[in-house]
Order: sequence, then C-alpha cells, then structure tokens
Amino acid sequence: MDGVQTKRRIISVLVDNEAGILARVIGMFSGRGYNIDSLTVTEVDREQKLSRITIVIHDNDAVVIQIKALIERMIPVHEVTDLTELEGHIERELALIKVASSGEKRVECLRLADAFRARVVDATNDSLIFELTGRSSKIETFVNLMRSLGLVEAIMSGVVGISRGKEKT
Amino acid sequence: MTENISGANIIIRALLDQNVSHMFGYPGGAVLPIYDALYDYDSNTIRHILVRQEAGAVHAAEGYARSSGKTGIVLVTSGPGATNIVTGLQDALMDSIPLVCITGQVPVPLIGSDAFQEADTVGITRPCTKHNYLVRSIEELENTIHEAFYIANSGRPGPVLIDIPKNIQIEEYRYIGKQKKKFHAGYSPVLRPRSKDIQDAIALIEEAKSPIFYTGGGVINSGLAASGILNEIVSHTNFPITSTLMGLGGFPAEKEQWLGMLGMHGTYEANMAMYETDLIICVGARFDDRITGKISAFSPQSKRIHIDIDPSSINKNVQTDIQIVGDCAYVLEELLSGLRHSQSLKKNTAALAQWWKKIETWRAKKCLAYDIKKSSSILPQYAIERLYQMTADKNTYITTEVGQHQMWAAQYYQFQEPRRWITSGGLGTMGYGLPAAIGVQIAHPDSLVIDIAGEASILMNIQEMSTAVQYRLPVKVFIINNFYMGMVRQWQELLHDGRYSHSYSESLPDFVKLAEAYGGVGIRAQKVDELDDAIAEMLAVSDRPVLFDCQVDEAENCFPMIPSGKAHNEMILSKQDEDNQTISKEGQMLV
Repeated sequence: MDGVQTKRRIISVLVDNEAGILARVIGMFSGRGYNIDSLTVTEVDREQKLSRITIVIHDNDAVVIQIKALIERMIPVHEVTDLTELEGHIERELALIKVASSGEKRVECLRLADAFRARVVDATNDSLIFELTGRSSKIETFVNLMRSLGLVEAIMSGVVGISRGKEKT
Repeated sequence: MTENISGANIIIRALLDQNVSHMFGYPGGAVLPIYDALYDYDSNTIRHILVRQEAGAVHAAEGYARSSGKTGIVLVTSGPGATNIVTGLQDALMDSIPLVCITGQVPVPLIGSDAFQEADTVGITRPCTKHNYLVRSIEELENTIHEAFYIANSGRPGPVLIDIPKNIQIEEYRYIGKQKKKFHAGYSPVLRPRSKDIQDAIALIEEAKSPIFYTGGGVINSGLAASGILNEIVSHTNFPITSTLMGLGGFPAEKEQWLGMLGMHGTYEANMAMYETDLIICVGARFDDRITGKISAFSPQSKRIHIDIDPSSINKNVQTDIQIVGDCAYVLEELLSGLRHSQSLKKNTAALAQWWKKIETWRAKKCLAYDIKKSSSILPQYAIERLYQMTADKNTYITTEVGQHQMWAAQYYQFQEPRRWITSGGLGTMGYGLPAAIGVQIAHPDSLVIDIAGEASILMNIQEMSTAVQYRLPVKVFIINNFYMGMVRQWQELLHDGRYSHSYSESLPDFVKLAEAYGGVGIRAQKVDELDDAIAEMLAVSDRPVLFDCQVDEAENCFPMIPSGKAHNEMILSKQDEDNQTISKEGQMLV
C-alpha cells in the first residue's frame, strides 16, 4: 500500500490478565511485520482479572483495521479501541529525565521545568531528575530542550489513554 | 460431593463428555498417566490410534476432522512430541480445521529448568494455534478442556492446544461434567449477518450483469447445510461458480454452473470469468495469493461481496464493497430468501445469457485436455482421470500430498459432495496425505480412502504405513511417480532455465517391496494398458494398505498455470506457452 497516508494511532486493548497474553498480542505484531512505537500494559481490574494494553503505531487505515481484527479474534481479548478514532481522548505519558549540569545551565533547566510543569524528584549538587507527564509531543519537546543543558537520559513509560466523556473506553 | 479423581482421569472423562470416540497419539514420559488412564477403557468407548511419528497423529486428526465434521484429537508427550506436531498445527490453522491437541509437560516445579524433554510448548505453538493453554493447576483442568472444544469448533475453526504438566495429571480433584462456565468472556464469534448487509448485497446482485460465485473452505466448514443452500442459490440465480482448492466439493462438479477450480492452476474459464466479472460473491474464501495472481490486475472491473466468519480475512488482500461477517450457512440462507423475493433479479436474464455465452467460448478452449497418444507411458492426468472414473460410483474420500499430483487431483478428480476432498491447502504440507487418509479411514471404516501422492511427498511420512497395517486400514496410496519433485522442477523450468537443482528423486525405494515390507500390498503400473487392471487390483484390497507405484510420463507439467506475478488473463496453457514465458524479477520473488 505505497503512498497511502500513515497516521499515529493509539490502540487500546482490554484483555483477560492471564499468562502469555502480552506475548500473544505482541507476537502478532512481530509475526506479521507491524512496527510498534510504544507499549504499556498493566492490570486495570483485579477482581475481574482484566488488563489494559496500550499500543502506539504509525500506519494507514487499512493496516490498522487489519491489526484491530487480528487482535480482536484472540480468545482472551475483550475489546479493541482505536483511541485516535474516537470523538475525543486523553493521552498521557510519564517521563523521568536526568540532567547533569551546574551554574547557568542548571538554572535554565529549572526555569524550563517550571514552564513545562516538570517536578524535581531527585537532586544532587550536579544533577537533577525531572518527572514530567503529558502528551508524547510535549515530553519530546522538553527532552530536546534538555539536550544542550546536560541531558544524561530520558526514560518514558509509553502512552496510556482514555476516552472522553462518561462512557467506558 | 463428587469424589476426587486424577487429572488424567479428568482428561478422559472430559473427552468422553465431548463425545470423543477416537484420538491419535504417541506416548512418552510426560503423558504416561494419561495413557495409564486410557488403559482402563475399551476401544469401543474411546479408541487410541498409535501413530509412528507425532506429525502423523496431527495430520490423521486433521483427516478425521475434515471428513467427519468432528473435532480431531491428538495426544502427544512433551518436548519432541510437542515440537513434532507444530507443522500440523500450522496446517490446521491455515485450513481452519478443528483440533484439540493435548501435550504433556514437565511437572510445574520443573518448568523453566531445562528439564529432560522440556520445551516451551505454549510459546512455540502460540502463533500456530487458534488458542493454547498451559494448565497451571488442577482446578482449571476440566474447564480448560471443555473450553478448548468450544473454541476449536466455533467461529472460524482451528487447532487448540492444551499443555498439561505431569504433576497435574497425577493430582486429584473433582470432576463435575460439561458445564456452561467459560473462562474467556470476550470470545463470542458472530454467526448471523446484519440484515442491512444482506440487503446491500442483494441490491448489488440484482444489478450484476456478469456475476460469479467464488467459494472456499468456509462453505465446507460451515457444515452440510451450507453446501445445500449454496446449491439452491446457484440454481436459483444460474450464476457461474468457481471455488478454491479448499472449497472443492462444496458445489457438485457435475452441475453446469460449475467452472472448475480457480487460481494458479485453475481452469481457463474460471480465471477468465474472474477477470471479466462485474460482481464477485465470495463465500468463505480469503483472496489468497494462489487465487488472485498479480493483485493490482486482479478482477479489474468487479464489485465484491465478501462473506466470511473471520473479520480479519476481510479487506486483507483485496478491497471489497460489501463485507458480511457470519457463518456461510446463515448468510446464504438469508441471501437466498431475499433473492427468492426479488423482482428485479429476472431483469438481467438477457445479460446473464450473454455472460454464459462468453463463458462457453472460454470453456471451448478445453484447457484440461491432454494428448493421450503423445506418450506410451502413462500420463499423470490420465491416471487420475481413470482413477476417478473407476471410483466415482463408490463411497470415496480423496486425500493428497503436495505438488503436481495434488493439482492434477484437484483438476481431474470430480467432487460432488463436501468433505470428500482432504488436502493441505494453505500450508502446502508434503507428507500430509497418508496420515490424513488414515484419519479419514478411521472415521469412515467402510469407505474407500485414496491418498493421491507423489513419490517425493509420500516419503515424508511413509512410516505411517505401519499404523495403517496395525489397524488393518485399507487406505490406497496412489503414487503419481514421475521421479521428480515435479512442482519444484516445473518452477525451475519457468524461473531458472531448467537448472534442476536437487529436484530429482534420487535413490527411490522400490515401492512394491516397501509396501510388502510393511505388511501391505504393493502394485506397480508402468504402461497405459496395465493401468485399469492394476487400479482394479488395488480397489479389491480390503484389509491392509496399498502402495500403488503409478510410474508416469516424467516430463508432464501442470497446466493451466498463472505464472507468479501475472494476472488471471495471462494464463499459460501448455508447455509451448511455458517456453515463451519471461517472468519479471518481481514475479521471481513470489513463491
């Protein structure tokens, strides 16, 4: 499907939390040659043993429809939602960003952190760790700004998302 | 309070509650408790067929399932027992065959320790099963087995594997009996179509001037009712019908609307009709690459209705106009009832007559004709045609291996009923036919079961001759012996200037002596005038397997053929066409 436009998608999958479920879902992606940009998974309902897997991909409509159908047909899967297709959704990513700098640069880091509403969660005389949540694009912007200010590393959680309004995702 | 029984006994009780009467397997350390439990049951209650290699068990279970409509059962041990069934699992997955495979596993405390005969069976088989389980506690065992049957059989059928550690086979727990409880609430296949989709489909059908039914294995899997309704709908509309390899027998080949199989080795009329049609009604088929040929040139003028039980099969390879998710039988039933009430269907009678006229000109090419006088040796096409003529009035089931003989069987053996044709379609597994024939014969002890084989394929699971002898199964292995891996050679001619790299069947066994060594019957035919008598001799054997070494013309190739990377209207019909072919680089890359 050359020339067909690809878009960023957030696929949210509600699954039975059982052994091997993540391998089952992710194995389909690798087995069929689809790329994953980010992935999160955790239990969301202990009583009913349900987990939520959130997968970010870049692909065209036809491929996304195919991916949804292939996940949906897995036995432990309850529901597959493309959040980016909904009327509206909220998405967040958490990042921990370590910066080593001093003097002017350190001050600039803290000033920017304030503007981005990043919290300082660890500090030494010559390093800082920021905690930042937001859309992936915001995190990317902040991390890029830190590059010239002594960025050591940035660790991201991957995206989680939820639908807007009163209905379940 | 029901008394506690061992896990092994829970397994057998659950199988009996699922009406299992036959299973195919091979014992080993990690399934000994299950085999011990089996020891208490006589073979009229549950019969275990001992194969000679686990691959044989899974193909036999496939043959059993496909010919009977029941679920095929496999029982093998851990490690190599489990890995040996992987090919069959993928085969069953691609061809949508319901299987429940029980594998032994090392005891739970040893899992992950690289114990003797340990393998990560659920990990290995995850992508080649519809679903699989590792049973981690005896409390789960009973429900897991019942759910496995439900999953294997419902929706798009497929293989389900249950990996059962040895300690769980020995521990004790209560057995309650078949119950409704499911583990997976999220699984509920859609069987009935939406009425809006049916109406849209009928509207398209009413408009069509040159329509065609393109049907597949989904019709067979849906059950006998689906074939019956398909028959009615084709009679009612008088539309032409073609089918995939998997769908043969879904519609009777003797009917005038039947165009033969389509695709790479399909008939000229079927492929030309697919190319020129204005409406494809696809029923339980999946537009795979053997069918479409060059995808960008596939059926350029057509609208498409796709009926499939698996939503992921729809719009996968080919974009369609109307998508109907559901079981073929239900969908066809609603289509038929809608079409019966349709006033406008008759409007297009004249256009349809024109369409049939065109089809007749394609039929007149007689693309399956061959020159019988060309050779003093037996032509493979003739051998299969004679086999068909001499068995048509019998209660016959045909299995095949994979290669030229398989395509010739599809072209020259005529199937009038579903479930009579058992071949490895999606995966193309050499070595499939003999064990599959064993499974068919177990399900239909009084029927005639023939494996149309090649001399190369048959050697891949030849050890199952021993199984056939043990159970006195009179399966007939009809080997089309051309001394070459014929399909490999045909492609080497087409793509590699006839450089026959490793495609000659060197050092073949003497098949007659081989049959006798196993305790079966060996028959050989080398000349045309020997053929009929030899086939008659084969058919007369009723208590043991036959290896029939039908030595045929070495040079024959399988035509018609759509060469790789070409379109339906670029078929080659003969050796001469083949010699004039140039295949593009893109075409060479395809398989």
